[in-house]
Amino acid sequence: MEFSRRNVLVLGAGTAAAVSLTGLPAFASVTDDMIAEFTGGADVGSGALSLTAPEIAENGNTVPIEISAPGAVAVTVFADGNPVPAVATFNFGPLNASRSASTRIRLAKSQNVIAVAKMEDGSFQRADVPVKVTIGGCGG
Amino acid sequence: MISRRDFLQVGMAASALVGGSGFGNWARLAAQQTLTQDQLLQFDTFGNVSLIHVTDIHAQLKPIYFREPSVNLGVGENFGAVPHITGADFRKAYGIADGSPSHYALSSGDFASLAKGYGRVGGLDRVATVINAIRADRPDALLLDGGDTWHGSYTCYHTDGQDMVNVMNALKPDAMTFHWEFTLGTDRVTELVESLPFAALGQNIFDVEWDEPLPDLFPPYKMFERGGVQIAVIGQAFPYMPIANPRWMFPEFSFGIRDENMAAMVEEVRAMGADCVVVLSHNGFDVDKKMAGIVPGIDVILSGHTHDALPEPVQVGQTIIVPSGSNGKFVSRVDLDIRDGRMMGWKHKLIPIFSDVITPDPDVAALIDAERAPYVDTLSEVIGTTDTTLYRRGNFNGTWDDLICDALLSERDAEIALSPGVRWGPSMIPGQEITREDIWNVTSMTYGKAYRTEMTGEFLKIVLEDVADNIFNPDPFFQQGGDMVRTGGLGYRIEVNKPQGERISNMTLLSTGEPIDPARNYVVAGWASVNEGTEGPQIWDVVENHIAKLGTVNLAPNNSVEVIT
Repeated sequence: MEFSRRNVLVLGAGTAAAVSLTGLPAFASVTDDMIAEFTGGADVGSGALSLTAPEIAENGNTVPIEISAPGAVAVTVFADGNPVPAVATFNFGPLNASRSASTRIRLAKSQNVIAVAKMEDGSFQRADVPVKVTIGGCGG
Repeated sequence: MISRRDFLQVGMAASALVGGSGFGNWARLAAQQTLTQDQLLQFDTFGNVSLIHVTDIHAQLKPIYFREPSVNLGVGENFGAVPHITGADFRKAYGIADGSPSHYALSSGDFASLAKGYGRVGGLDRVATVINAIRADRPDALLLDGGDTWHGSYTCYHTDGQDMVNVMNALKPDAMTFHWEFTLGTDRVTELVESLPFAALGQNIFDVEWDEPLPDLFPPYKMFERGGVQIAVIGQAFPYMPIANPRWMFPEFSFGIRDENMAAMVEEVRAMGADCVVVLSHNGFDVDKKMAGIVPGIDVILSGHTHDALPEPVQVGQTIIVPSGSNGKFVSRVDLDIRDGRMMGWKHKLIPIFSDVITPDPDVAALIDAERAPYVDTLSEVIGTTDTTLYRRGNFNGTWDDLICDALLSERDAEIALSPGVRWGPSMIPGQEITREDIWNVTSMTYGKAYRTEMTGEFLKIVLEDVADNIFNPDPFFQQGGDMVRTGGLGYRIEVNKPQGERISNMTLLSTGEPIDPARNYVVAGWASVNEGTEGPQIWDVVENHIAKLGTVNLAPNNSVEVIT
């Protein structure tokens, strides 16, 4: 467990969302809107885009993620529980040998990391990974 | 459902049975039985390979008492599955007679009186005798240590783990994996690992900066040729180290389950010619079960971390999972018949280390005494006496933590106390003198400072919900393998099968009987914070002062947690 005064403040600020973690995160609809904007409302498939992220973040302030999408021209990553859900957009051109990227993102709390890829043929792909951010402590 | 009333009845039954002579009916049965070292070691050598597994010793060099839990709930698919059955239900499931040696070793129920009949368990000098006997049958048996070895005692703390390294080296392990060892800090754990004359394995120990493996310090596996076949041993360290323990102590390392890398390692060793794949794991039992189901090609998982002891392996697909208890109480022997690159059969025995029955190995006994010699006077100082059985294991509370919470409330002048849900720490039986060593056995750690702070009622609920989800999440890969944080001065109801945020209700400040006010600040004392820079006296000093003032420890039954399953 982490019990510092700072954490009390940090968690206190996110209280409205944290108290009912089972409900949809407050920012989910914002993310949906942004995804719709990115895809222009087109159908979104899955399978050709892989998103790798830990089940449980070792450190919510720097969570390693990796996307890989052969044939993608752009991949946008969202964190649907962050105050600002849009994380990054990776653009790929014909000279990119590998259509993959990795980075680290900050997650305010447990939430879904979502990647949406625009493919060369104009279709879209999506991958979701839930990542848990825990206070920690108390392990056996 | 375990209601408040049931907890009360359990408490009353226990005190009734240990009253008077201190002997219950089962203990009398125990005294009528004779147990010999030959019986404990009896094993018809099988196949062509022998594995010896010890795990979660937690620096217990000497024999101790250890009470198995009476509350160990499983959730999701593991509801009612072993090891999540306890006491009489456990004995019924395995056909264990009440009052038998296996009752005492493996299950809860009438613990104190059976302890008086059967005596202490463990002691690495006795463990050495058992290992030597197995090696007499099979000289090239592999000895594998599942970790949590260099943590948990006064001498281990004061030698930074050196006493355990020295004694374990005398047992000649072939490989080891890790958990609490990392709480010695990066520099010390690196120094000790580099000194080991055997393999330090962890396929899931990575560099944090580049997320790359560390093959020089922690290779993922090692190949052994035994009985004419190739055995690959893959290490799996505790996956949640930076979450459950203070990440600032080992910021260079990243862990995780990394089941995809595990699968890749299994493929790699099979391609290299491994006839048999053994995983030396510190995942915890339910995590190992899930991993066995999704990673093909593992023959044996030697399972540690959750301190479970089962008299027979659990089979998942073609994989057997062997959990071997804790605190030096058990040694597992697993004989395998490996032919044509396959495990054709196995034979297993979980050997309980009854310390009065198994003769200590004289060399290791002398080594242990030499390691302890500089500290013996301090260790053996009597601080008080207990009239109550003191134990830790249980999902929600144990009497040791009740006592520790009492100490925090009174010595730190707090309204609420929090004690971490760790599973290590030996037990004590009524009438025993409590020495300084006994207190350190349940409190020793490198981040033991007892903080005093204020928390709102709302934050306390977030803490309880967060910890509860780390235990009762229905997906084992989200279970960190500890128990619920123990609370003093605070009662609550928990519905274990609800989702996070909805499990905890009826939080009550016990001193007034009033509901916890989300907006109010409460003075909270606790220990084992994972925060860097935590201030306060060491928890062992807090507990020692409290016991010294009490003189005799006599705890009322704890009815403060209402559990709904």
